[in-house]
Amino acid sequence: MAVEDDDFERPLRDLEKKIEELSGVPGGDDRADEIARLVRRLETMRQEIYARLSPWQRALVARHPKRPYTLDYIQFLFSDFVEIHGDRKYSDDPAIVAGLATYKGTPVAVIGHQKGRDTREKVRRNFGMPRPEGYRKAMRVMDLAEKFQRPLFTFVDTPGAYPGKGAEERGQAEAIAISLRTMARLSIPIVVTVTGEGGSGGALAIAIGDRVLMLENSIYSVISPEGCAAILWSDQGKAKEAARAMRITAPDLKELEIVDEIIPEPPGGAQADPARQASILDEVLMAQLEEIRSLPSSDRLEMRYQKFRRMGKFGQAKFF
Amino acid sequence: MDIAWFKKIRKPKQPVENRRMQVPEGLWVKCNSCKEIIYKKEVLRNSNVCPKCNYHFRISARERLAALFDEGRYQEVDTDIYSIDPLRFRDVKPYKDRLREYRERTGLNDAVINARGTMGGFQVTLSVMEYGFMGGSMGSAVGEKVTRAVERSLDERIPLVVISCSGGARMQEGALSLMQMAKIAAALGKLHEAGIPYISVLTDPTAGGVTASYAMLGDLNIAEPKALIGFAGPRVIEQTIREKLPEGFQRSEFLLEHGMLDFIVERREMREILIKCLKFLVNTEALAASAPAAGSSTAAAGSSGGAVQDSEASGQMARSREPLPFPTSIVARKQAQPPEIR
Repeated sequence: MAVEDDDFERPLRDLEKKIEELSGVPGGDDRADEIARLVRRLETMRQEIYARLSPWQRALVARHPKRPYTLDYIQFLFSDFVEIHGDRKYSDDPAIVAGLATYKGTPVAVIGHQKGRDTREKVRRNFGMPRPEGYRKAMRVMDLAEKFQRPLFTFVDTPGAYPGKGAEERGQAEAIAISLRTMARLSIPIVVTVTGEGGSGGALAIAIGDRVLMLENSIYSVISPEGCAAILWSDQGKAKEAARAMRITAPDLKELEIVDEIIPEPPGGAQADPARQASILDEVLMAQLEEIRSLPSSDRLEMRYQKFRRMGKFGQAKFF
Repeated sequence: MDIAWFKKIRKPKQPVENRRMQVPEGLWVKCNSCKEIIYKKEVLRNSNVCPKCNYHFRISARERLAALFDEGRYQEVDTDIYSIDPLRFRDVKPYKDRLREYRERTGLNDAVINARGTMGGFQVTLSVMEYGFMGGSMGSAVGEKVTRAVERSLDERIPLVVISCSGGARMQEGALSLMQMAKIAAALGKLHEAGIPYISVLTDPTAGGVTASYAMLGDLNIAEPKALIGFAGPRVIEQTIREKLPEGFQRSEFLLEHGMLDFIVERREMREILIKCLKFLVNTEALAASAPAAGSSTAAAGSSGGAVQDSEASGQMARSREPLPFPTSIVARKQAQPPEIR
């Protein structure tokens, strides 16, 4: 790749514009041929660009404003969704959506981060950054799922837990910690999908499961590339280097044995064709749920324990 | 949001042999909090606490161990675990060079020491974090060691005490460090279900992924005075909300006021208070009733460097004034040295 460009979609947009211009002008058969040729070229170009995205560019795709969010996936994948609000302690948190739904005839629980589309909605959803109430609401739904023995699906897409004053006062760290411990010990099947940004502890809090899946262009990291760059390089501008160094892409995480499966995205990413993305995801979710649902719950629980127990790479020397 | 505190290290840390020197060198020291000039011996006599304003100077993990166990005697375990550089991470400096430097500087393999011994006669597992090693940051080695401490407590059915002192997860290990939160929390879930006591002690600072996992999961969460405790760092919060944080924000007293801590305890009373709590938490009868038929053996057993196999499984929770069946700390201080990282 020549230059690592933030606006890597520009050639695609230019070509789309050209096609549009040509279509607007009346012309004969050769004009139609020319358009068809350009459309084919557009598709090839899209595939080529998306096939060689850098880690930083993947982060940009993961944050793409048109990317499908949890409520979109819920609409595509589940029926009878009933959203549940509030933590019954302090308030509701629109940055996390949670509720009851049906998946292929089976009642299930669903939890996910939720970002907004337009400015108003973005603010209301706090850009997908939950406060402690969000995690406590999520835990309420986990408890319901456990009590009534329903499988749980979670969808992860957050820049991180909200670093705000009130969030700290009300125990952001405690809420995340309890959620981690709770999810690790639920007896029900849990399938986690990282759909966009897997931002640190705020993502992990709802990402402990029997299966952890990642969309091809999603990211998962301990800190944002910008945050890492600011601390280790003392320069936010080094985000591209940080994105590469931290190994945040789906293939990286698969290699590090943190995720089980990478879910392919349509050419141009999930945002190019949300319906198609949902149906690709659907197939994987169905297969994964089937696999883990057939296990006795005690085996499943121990397998989940061992799955996370094995994570990490360290050395061990014997000197005694 | 994780280890911003790195940048605040004011001077290179002294080697462990001179670990008392964590209080600035010389005959007199200036308190970091009240800025008073104090006679150093007075600070040392006072458990490294400022006699004027009660500021708790940061002390090393080994000093804590010596201060907490009966007669200062304990056995270090899991000393053979060390960090590698799984991502070949390089920022302005390669991670493996940083690791080598901190090993030399602290004489430790990583940012936590696991030990066992007795406290007020109770057998306990203790995990103590060392801020001097890369800001106490949590990578795979720290995660593994804390998990082994939890599993040891689970296997031997003895209480766990973890003393946290950490800027959070270690960025140089990427998502692997993030996953340590999940790993430890899962182990603590088992411990919780087994009804085995866990006391979490938060010291200055406890932040990021450490707070948001094991530090907040104790049956009791207690802290030293004025410790900085939080999820996000103060600078990140100030940048986000674009306003100055009030004095004392995210300090122990603030957390206590907001209901996030059980109590604050001064360093010189720490041991005594922990023992008082253990008297309540260690209920031999309840534990015997809930004990699994055979040992709930986990991965840690057997693989740990120098773990003592204690025969009387059920009697372990009982208080005993018997001498410890293992060598004293002096022997254990001989560290296993990791091979050179390639």
